[in-house]
Amino acid sequence: MSAVPLLKVNDVSKFYGSRIGCRNVSFELWPGEVLAIVGESGSGKTTLLSCLSTRLMPSSGIVEYHMRDGQYRDLARMGEAERRFLMRTDWGFVHQNPADGLRMTVSAGANVGERLMAVGDRHYGNIRATAADWLRRVEIEEDRIDDQPRAFSGGMRQRLQIARNLVTSPRLVFMDEPTGGLDVSVQARLLDLVRGLVHDLGLSAIIVTHDLAVARLLSHRMMVMKDGLVIEQGLTDRVLDDPREPYTQLLVSSILQV
Amino acid sequence: MATPLVVSEVAKSFTMHLRDGIQLPVVNGVSFSVRQGECVVLGGPSGVGKSSILKMLYGNYAVDAGQILIEHQGHLVDLATAAPRAVLEVRRDTLGYVSQFLRVVPRVSALDVVAEPLLARGVDQAVARERASALLAKLNLPHELWQLPPATFSGGEQQRVNIARGFITDHAILLLDEPTASLDAKNRRVVVEMIAAKKAEGVAVLGIFHDEEVRDAVADRILDVSAFSPRKAAA
Repeated sequence: MSAVPLLKVNDVSKFYGSRIGCRNVSFELWPGEVLAIVGESGSGKTTLLSCLSTRLMPSSGIVEYHMRDGQYRDLARMGEAERRFLMRTDWGFVHQNPADGLRMTVSAGANVGERLMAVGDRHYGNIRATAADWLRRVEIEEDRIDDQPRAFSGGMRQRLQIARNLVTSPRLVFMDEPTGGLDVSVQARLLDLVRGLVHDLGLSAIIVTHDLAVARLLSHRMMVMKDGLVIEQGLTDRVLDDPREPYTQLLVSSILQV
Repeated sequence: MATPLVVSEVAKSFTMHLRDGIQLPVVNGVSFSVRQGECVVLGGPSGVGKSSILKMLYGNYAVDAGQILIEHQGHLVDLATAAPRAVLEVRRDTLGYVSQFLRVVPRVSALDVVAEPLLARGVDQAVARERASALLAKLNLPHELWQLPPATFSGGEQQRVNIARGFITDHAILLLDEPTASLDAKNRRVVVEMIAAKKAEGVAVLGIFHDEEVRDAVADRILDVSAFSPRKAAA
């Protein structure tokens, strides 16, 4: 186990004018760790995810990332080109809506291959073979490689988005409600897939979800947000089995049993 | 003899914020230890806090006060205050737990559910599956179930998967929450043998067994949890 955190978040706040997005969030994410951020809509979890993944600039606070060269870099001080390169190679971002993370009018194979080309792969045969391998890993039939994601079901699109993100062997993946718009049976398949890949690849991940069952299944650690603040955090099992804060108790007691 | 688990002055209560902040005291002043190769059984009537103690020791319940000292890779970790990743590391390498009910993951086969704790420790998949197969065979789980996800299994079948998963590693401490509750006599005897084997290997076992026959067969001593019950202290 690596002895240093992958991501160090120190006192991050984001204001939209006078409105609070998220406030005074601090934590560390370690290699191989999966962190779930839960809370109802408007609690600030997506704002926080955006601040961490440089999609938004925090109003204050520092987010540092442990680069492959062993140095910590302040993400806000990184140049635009460097940040884009990081996002295309060492990071992944899985959107709730696959259309936001895929190019809908190019083939499935090209969607996966594009990220490989971003890291300098130029050999068409290799790119296609790797893309085919990744489609198989996310359980998409290989003969769909030349189809456009427009022709895919929602679950397939989401699996394709995951393949596109993981093909460059990122170390950190951000996921925003990855199972949000899917049927439960499709959800289960996707969750199992994500769970297996995270384990096999030793990924670190930050997953925003309002679904506590998703958090239980995928995450090691959990942060509960309300009104922009992290009100409770800890081991996922602990937060769900022994919630301490009134709001967390309300969330946990509202889960429907089947 | 070494003592890998020491519990000292542990207290626990629940605050029910949705019920006007009612305080439910669970246990107070819990102090005991388990030595290598010893099986300590938590005794006392239901509702006295036996399962809660196991859940605190495994990190599923937070602790209000006190220490839970676990010998982990040559040093002591206080699970009452340890960071989440330290708790996970202790679970992976030192502390095993068989819960009352199996938490089923969709689409994962019984064999892989059992093999998973070994895979998490970096054991080769073929080796892990072989060890898992041996355990499932020993626990008489029908062969045709091994490749199926346990969601549709009977209570006793799920429990045997759960037991195999808890016993597959060589963890130095094993927590058992009524592992034999839904088993028939034949499989109860298998579990008794497996616990005896763990003890012989020097594993410290802490368990809850309502079945007297099993309890008598495995327990070196019985710890009456009513002694830690705040309700008793008040009476």
